[in-house]
Amino acid sequence: MRVPILKQGSYLIASIQDALSDEDLAQLQQELVARVGQARTRGVIIDVTALDVMDSFACRTLRDLAHTITLRGAETVIVGIQPDVAFALVRLGLSLSGAQTALDLEDGLALLDQHLQRGNTRGR
Amino acid sequence: MDSRSWTSTCSGGTHVVGESRVPIKQGGDIITARQQGRALAAQLGFSSADQTLIATAISEMARNILVYAKVGEIIVRPEHNGKAGITIIAHDAGPGIPDINRAMQNGYSTSGSLGVGLPGTKRIMDEFLIVSEVGKGTTVTMKKWKT
Ligand SMILES: Nc1ncnc2c1ncn2[C@@H]1O[C@H](COP(=O)(O)OP(=O)(O)OP(=O)(O)O)[C@@H](O)[C@H]1O
Ligand SMILES: [Mg+2]
Repeated sequence: MRVPILKQGSYLIASIQDALSDEDLAQLQQELVARVGQARTRGVIIDVTALDVMDSFACRTLRDLAHTITLRGAETVIVGIQPDVAFALVRLGLSLSGAQTALDLEDGLALLDQHLQRGNTRGR
Repeated sequence: MDSRSWTSTCSGGTHVVGESRVPIKQGGDIITARQQGRALAAQLGFSSADQTLIATAISEMARNILVYAKVGEIIVRPEHNGKAGITIIAHDAGPGIPDINRAMQNGYSTSGSLGVGLPGTKRIMDEFLIVSEVGKGTTVTMKKWKT
């Protein structure tokens, strides 16, 4: 497996290690969607810090992935989009519409905690 | 890695960066091509933001080759007539594009994708020329100049 997926409490964290091929990205998608069901996952973080290029395919895959995980009942946050990559995405005219983003892993986890806490309080 | 690259030395002893060609036949070749492009752009002194734009443009064109023509090649080479820059050529002998004006429109895709590749890449490069003939193939020649 090219992308290690760590379980931390009710969260899954997928850290994309380096330039992923299209096949790797498609495999990550299948793997994550399956594991969300197995592990009672409430939130998923996809860390793209190591990605130095995000083209239309990668963008669409991440967007679809976030959407699919949401449909499975967990929240997704994409973290670590590099400044140059963000700049290129905007210039290309691409967006991760719908997908939540955060600066880094720490902020992503804080965002999930915040949302889930809110959910719990409301539930009580 | 089946890409070829070479460097040569000028009479004056100046280090000249040469062209490299990357055959595009499978997904991994897209990564090889954009790494070659980024490396050349870095050697030529492009900013890291520009290196990323160049690598992204290569990624888009290499993916189009793979999806629509199955095989082709990406050529990256330095440009130094007057100003310094980089030239990228994406070439295939695939099915060609029947209506280029349409293909250049944002959101037009025959594969159910975003239709961003061609128009977006034109936006991020300084020069962009696409020549395509049905049944013959497609060649995209694009340049970025150092600012
Ligand atoms: N090398 C090529 N050979 C044949 N047809 C091509 C080629 N490149 C692009 N096309 C045609 O032009 C259309 C537009 O290409 P473009 O890259 O802009 O969008 P896309 O590939 O459909 O979607 P995206 O790049 O956003 O994933 C394609 O859908 C395809 O029909
Ligand atoms: Mg495309």
